[in-house]
Amino acid sequence: MDLKIKAWRQKNANSKGGFENYDVQNITEDSSFLEMLDVLNEQLLGEGTEPIAFDHDCREGICGMCSLFVNGRAHGPDTEITTCQLHMRKFKDGDTITIEPWRSGGFPIIKDLMVDRTAYDKILQAGGYVSINTGGVPDGNAIPIAKIDSDEAMDAASCVGCGACVATCKNSSAMLFVSSKVSQLALLPQGKIEGKRRAQAMVAKMDELGFGNCTNTGACEIECPKGISIAHIARLNREFLFATCKD
Amino acid sequence: MTKLNSKIPEGLVAEKWNNYKAHQNLVNPANKRKLDVIMVGTGLAGGAAAASLGELGFNVKVFCYQDSPRRAHSIAAQGGINAAKNYPNDGDSIYRLFYDTVKGGDYRSREANVYRLAEVANDIIDQCVAQGVPFAREYGGLLDNRSFGGAQVSRTFYARGQTGQQLLLGAYGALNRQIEAKTCTMYNRTEMMDLVVVDGKARGIITRNMITGEIDAHFGHAVVLATGGYGNVFFLSTNAMGSNGSAAVKAYRKGAMMANPCFVQIHPTCIPVHGDFQSKLTLMSESLRNDGRIWVPKNIEDAVAIREGKKKPTDLSADERDYYLERRYPAFGNLVPRDVASRAAKERCDAGYGVGTGQAVYLDFKTAIERLGEDKIRERYGNLFQMYEKIVDDNPYQTPMMIYPAIHYTMGGTWVDYELQTTIPGLFSAGEANFSDHGANRLGASALMQGLADGYFVLPFTVQNYLADELHTPRMNVDEQKEFIETKEAVKAHVDKLMNVNGSRSVDSIHKQLGHIMWENVGMARNEAGLKKAIDEISSLRKEFWNDVKVPGTADSLNPELEKANRVADFLELGELMARDALHREESCGGHFREEHQTEEGEAMRDDKGFTYVAAWEYKGADTPPELHKEDLKYEAIEVKVRNYK
Repeated sequence: MDLKIKAWRQKNANSKGGFENYDVQNITEDSSFLEMLDVLNEQLLGEGTEPIAFDHDCREGICGMCSLFVNGRAHGPDTEITTCQLHMRKFKDGDTITIEPWRSGGFPIIKDLMVDRTAYDKILQAGGYVSINTGGVPDGNAIPIAKIDSDEAMDAASCVGCGACVATCKNSSAMLFVSSKVSQLALLPQGKIEGKRRAQAMVAKMDELGFGNCTNTGACEIECPKGISIAHIARLNREFLFATCKD
Repeated sequence: MTKLNSKIPEGLVAEKWNNYKAHQNLVNPANKRKLDVIMVGTGLAGGAAAASLGELGFNVKVFCYQDSPRRAHSIAAQGGINAAKNYPNDGDSIYRLFYDTVKGGDYRSREANVYRLAEVANDIIDQCVAQGVPFAREYGGLLDNRSFGGAQVSRTFYARGQTGQQLLLGAYGALNRQIEAKTCTMYNRTEMMDLVVVDGKARGIITRNMITGEIDAHFGHAVVLATGGYGNVFFLSTNAMGSNGSAAVKAYRKGAMMANPCFVQIHPTCIPVHGDFQSKLTLMSESLRNDGRIWVPKNIEDAVAIREGKKKPTDLSADERDYYLERRYPAFGNLVPRDVASRAAKERCDAGYGVGTGQAVYLDFKTAIERLGEDKIRERYGNLFQMYEKIVDDNPYQTPMMIYPAIHYTMGGTWVDYELQTTIPGLFSAGEANFSDHGANRLGASALMQGLADGYFVLPFTVQNYLADELHTPRMNVDEQKEFIETKEAVKAHVDKLMNVNGSRSVDSIHKQLGHIMWENVGMARNEAGLKKAIDEISSLRKEFWNDVKVPGTADSLNPELEKANRVADFLELGELMARDALHREESCGGHFREEHQTEEGEAMRDDKGFTYVAAWEYKGADTPPELHKEDLKYEAIEVKVRNYK
């Protein structure tokens, strides 16, 4: 199939960006979206134009590096996928495809379609862990955990940290991301002990880094590549409220 | 002639690690913060080691090329992690895990290292549970296990099909805690460009900031490479796009020997290649072979009809299918080790029984769905089935998956002694980057085990033992110390050289050509003529690279083409070394299959008299062939036998 690509180009964080139009031909529908971009980049290289920079790594939907806003949707027109899992069979011959980076104050653009997501690392550094050292821990089976809780913790823990929830939210809220970690650890006895402290520290860091508030539109849940439920946001709110009341 | 001292501690194999720990040197808490460790890579080995060394109080500088340590490719491991907990009461023990791993590696790994690995594996599970890793559980609340290839017990712990992700996020959490505590300093999007050696010891690295292009020098009393494997030398592999062998190659040029570089694992269950533009191959976890059955049509006419689209796999009755693994290996069936399963698939496809493009076999869940119900299968493998469906656009609950072997893991790597120290004092190598534990073939669910064993439970001891003697080495000023200045200038010159070739070929086109040479000649089946051809072809391709590669943009800004060019230049060196190693090893063992050395039934034939050694290659200069050193492998606790899964 032949396509028209309208891609965001921006030299660096400080320069002004804009859309550029490109034509790309003979794309097979079994190609992935990023393979289509590889073909386009190879073509640009031949023409003496600098290729389009975009983040990607594992190309199997788990590292969370790829982060494209395709035709107005985070990770493009499919559900429960990352951009690298989007395949060209979702498009038709002759389509125009608009590609933008994540847009959020919390994720400044580095170049073209690449953004800086170190804010996510900082939020997790504030408390997204169980405070134990290596060694000297109890046997793995010493504390039984109900399967239902463990499974729900796993649902939350499957977050890949891509940032689609923030990019999709009209408020640029990082609540789904923060809740996935708070909820995972709140559901497990190992994480419960410092649950209150964690919720407060992570929420404070999220606010400090300029992410917006949650107004419960549920858009994040729709675009989350791992289908993480906003029920975890409810659990985060509960943890946070209890912690605040206790103070 | 050998310069290799593996420093295996005295005593029975089961006592060695305890003996080591009892007599190693320690550093007192107040002195630890005066000592700097450089950690390159943040996967399971690097992330876990950085966090653990930080907890001890050392000052750790951590580097990764991704935008966050959480993205290291350990995250993509699907199936699970082995440990000899024996929770299912099915006869497992530390000895059996040790035995299975040595046998699985076709008797080409170092006994003492493997025993230690099996010994600390149980601690890993405890550690991860304590971190809040949501492993799969039974209704009674206890941990669940499943089976993997090469074992007759169920010893694999898992978190759906995302075990690597969950273990890595556990280590990443521990690392985050140390970053917050300021014992670890994180450098994201920073690539190691060279190693700095001062007076024969590793003392630091030169890095490139991938956003600004800035070249910097960093000092460390010790340097650890936890940079993963080099499977991407084949271009198409299950590795991440950025996975590379550059850190290992830079260290190799500085004197760290490369061991068994030709030992590469070809994973039997990957989604087949679909076309020329393909950028990577996707793995379907080995765990699927717990419930999936592998087959091709029994009659060649049916295979042709399926390839031409005239028949569907579901049209064939059980009698018309050849479950070739169950037929050839009744004792282990579909759960034979990866090298055996891959070769068996190739054998059937080469004989004309392949489906799809002819380079594919079926992995069928029909029997399991009938036995357990679709819900149970969804619970076990849901995310893998979803992944398959998104890529192939076919529903694996209804039609069998199509799979074919692909490059997956490199057992070879930087040579290390028992302490995981390379032939350069002060330079350590951990996880997939080193060669030590998997011999000629790695068993499923053992990579996660080794990464975390090295990171949590080996390096914190052995690095400390080394640093105890470094207390009186003051921190070096990287702007004044001669070796740092010189190496930094050399890196700048290397970058300029790459930028200034200004030829006509893209980096990817050369990388793809290298991949073809490797896959055809240094892949699943190798022979003397092919390997010699590969060495010649790679050597001329390397010349072509340096005469005709085109790197656009500038060196002082974000430039993905420059990053790739730097890595491919190193792959061109590594590819040749792999072919040389494969040519010299005149036997078949594990993933290394020399067509000249096979039994009448087509099984790998080892030559224990001639080749029970680790081949470690020493760099001798750009135009001189490397020198071979041998570390003889001695088996004291295990009797070396013909590997038999029948």
